[in-house]
Amino acid sequence: MKPAPFDYIAPRTIEEACERLSEAGGGATVLAGGQTLMPLLALRMSQPFILIDINRIPKLKGVSRLEGGTRVGPIVRQNEVIADSTLAGALPVLITATRHVGHHQTRNRGTIGGSIALGEPAAELPATAVALGASVQVRSNRGSRRIAAEDLYLGPYATALEPDELITDIHFPDWPVGTIPLFHEVAMRPGDFALLGLTGSAVVADGRVSRIGLAWFGMGPAPLRARQAEAALTQQPIAKLDWRAAAELAVADTAPLDDQHATAEYRRTVARRVFESTVSAALVRRGA
Amino acid sequence: MSEHSIQVTINGKLHAATVEGRLTLSDFLRVKAGYTGVHVGCEHGVCGACTVIVDGQAVRSCLMLAVQADGASITTVEGLAADDGTLHPVQQALRDEHALQCGFCTPGVVMTLAALTSGAEKPSARSLLEALSGHVCRCTGYQGIRRAALKLAGESKGPTE
Repeated sequence: MKPAPFDYIAPRTIEEACERLSEAGGGATVLAGGQTLMPLLALRMSQPFILIDINRIPKLKGVSRLEGGTRVGPIVRQNEVIADSTLAGALPVLITATRHVGHHQTRNRGTIGGSIALGEPAAELPATAVALGASVQVRSNRGSRRIAAEDLYLGPYATALEPDELITDIHFPDWPVGTIPLFHEVAMRPGDFALLGLTGSAVVADGRVSRIGLAWFGMGPAPLRARQAEAALTQQPIAKLDWRAAAELAVADTAPLDDQHATAEYRRTVARRVFESTVSAALVRRGA
Repeated sequence: MSEHSIQVTINGKLHAATVEGRLTLSDFLRVKAGYTGVHVGCEHGVCGACTVIVDGQAVRSCLMLAVQADGASITTVEGLAADDGTLHPVQQALRDEHALQCGFCTPGVVMTLAALTSGAEKPSARSLLEALSGHVCRCTGYQGIRRAALKLAGESKGPTE
């Protein structure tokens, strides 16, 4: 298995990368960590004319604190995310979610931006970006725009990104100190694709949920925010919450499919229990 | 189809070559540079046999292009044992624990464990076992590999969970 021939270029600046993407008119593919793209090339499921390697663009690296949030460069490696002290303090659930991405060896190459740009429906990072209210800044020769993670995902591997657009920054809004990370993944083996999972964060004050963001992965064609469950939990006294009803609402916002590993009904059944055990256990412990 | 001049340090020796853009690092190491200890199994990132150390990190060499390694320092399994044949501690641990049978997956396993045990701090058994989940072995049933990893972590028993 060898990739079909292509031209390889490694621009040093964002401007040059955008220039090349624009010239290619849709025939180019961006190479970040390559941990999904390289298999697709090897299997010849993807045959771009030009591969634009963004690993040598310094401005796409780094993690920095901004007013009201944190900026993560798209080519920050997944293992760098896990080891980053700024992210550990500001967004603990992002660390937990990233630990579940692939294997140690693939996380040494795989990037946060690559995972977010790909839009694999069972992937941890797109759903975590949606749950936390993240957004991506994208650039092209035509200009730049900000896309909320929630608006980025249209279907399996289908995103709102145009073929000439490049993600230059990922913005995560601040969550207050003491935010409770919420994460649970069900997979057949560590490192396998998730059958399903729930990710997000919650803030508890005075026995009530003051802020919560929750999203499912592996429960539909894209990461799906559990909006109805979020609304049902917000500002209610935690001690009086009906968790079974909340779990029902959380699953109402999903659209799981049957596949060779599990049926849609199995996914819904497990998802209800995942919701109850993950969210109620964490919130009751903090809110009581 | 583009061609590129690259310079890569492999096991301490500088190699210069001209490579096609599409050449994977695993094929470069085996075919162009002659390091056939890099085993190519699935060629799409599942089996872990082709794992090498690139700039200190264990990575799958089939999931990287040779041109991307331009300027990098790479260690393959050939670079671990001393010149007099003394085995690297990871190799010795695998040998002591009978952690290989056919040996096809072994170079990858060795490189992952070597990368994780190269730092000043001893890694936890849990982190080594987690990293081993990135390798497929069809002979041993993993028990010997597991024992070797625990030995390298300085723990006789695995994590309780």
